[in-house]
Amino acid sequence: MNPSLTANPPVNPPVATPFFFYGLAAIMIIGGILVITRKNAVHSALALITTLLAQAGLYLMLYAPFVAGVQIILYAGGIMVLFLFVIMLISIERQEKERQFNKQWLVGIVAAGALGGLFIAVYTTTAKGILFPPVGRESYVEGQNTQEIASLLFDMHKGMYMFAFEIASLLLLVAIIGAVVMAKKRI
Amino acid sequence: MHAMMEISTLHYLVLGAALFLLGVIGVLTRRNVVIVLMSIELILNAVNLNLVAFSRYWQSLHGPSALHGQVFAIFIITDAAAEAAVGLGILIAFFRNKETVNVDEVNLLKW
Repeated sequence: MNPSLTANPPVNPPVATPFFFYGLAAIMIIGGILVITRKNAVHSALALITTLLAQAGLYLMLYAPFVAGVQIILYAGGIMVLFLFVIMLISIERQEKERQFNKQWLVGIVAAGALGGLFIAVYTTTAKGILFPPVGRESYVEGQNTQEIASLLFDMHKGMYMFAFEIASLLLLVAIIGAVVMAKKRI
Repeated sequence: MHAMMEISTLHYLVLGAALFLLGVIGVLTRRNVVIVLMSIELILNAVNLNLVAFSRYWQSLHGPSALHGQVFAIFIITDAAAEAAVGLGILIAFFRNKETVNVDEVNLLKW
């Protein structure tokens, strides 16, 4: 290993944070609105992929390059391809002609509005910017991010998430078996 | 003036709340099960954004190796993958039996 790389790793200071934040946030909000309003499920899936990629950009701004990579590879690359496969398996043409919203849509919007009011109340009364100072100033070594996460997950002394990791692998095994059983011809 | 322009943790929290609300509206109002599942993915992503933003805040308090929020985000992505696989498997089984993907026609357990 190159000793100069580990001894003095490069630090990238944040550049033009408001510009990138508001741009990516606008992309995410527009993508989210398109997800819940499009008739064609394929269009919704493509809008969701756009939202996920913009969110990966926000993860990079928050000095989380490993989570950004996992987001792109696993979410945009894996889960969304699974969604698109299932959309291909079910017939889209008939879905587009049907009613898109259910009978409780008014109640649903009122409930979501109440939740939004709760969010606004919480963020305007308790937060006020005192609790959460600007995070745009400090910069961290991005090259060590994956290593630090791995030490939290796997290290014998620092790692406190090893048991949770094993349970997650068990969960994935159960999900694989469940998906295979569900998709069988005869259950 | 420059301090006003700076992006704080609260900005990320508000963005996460907006995405969460969009996901809730999608879950509560749409009929197509595929789009309902996609709205659940939106909700999970909003939570992930909050976790990573708080991880950054926690890093500024406890040093660069305090990455618990990012570890949590990875666990949530794992859960989302499992949920999507099982949910879409159930959807395929349902579509094979009833030739529809609308949630208000899912009434096999209703009496």
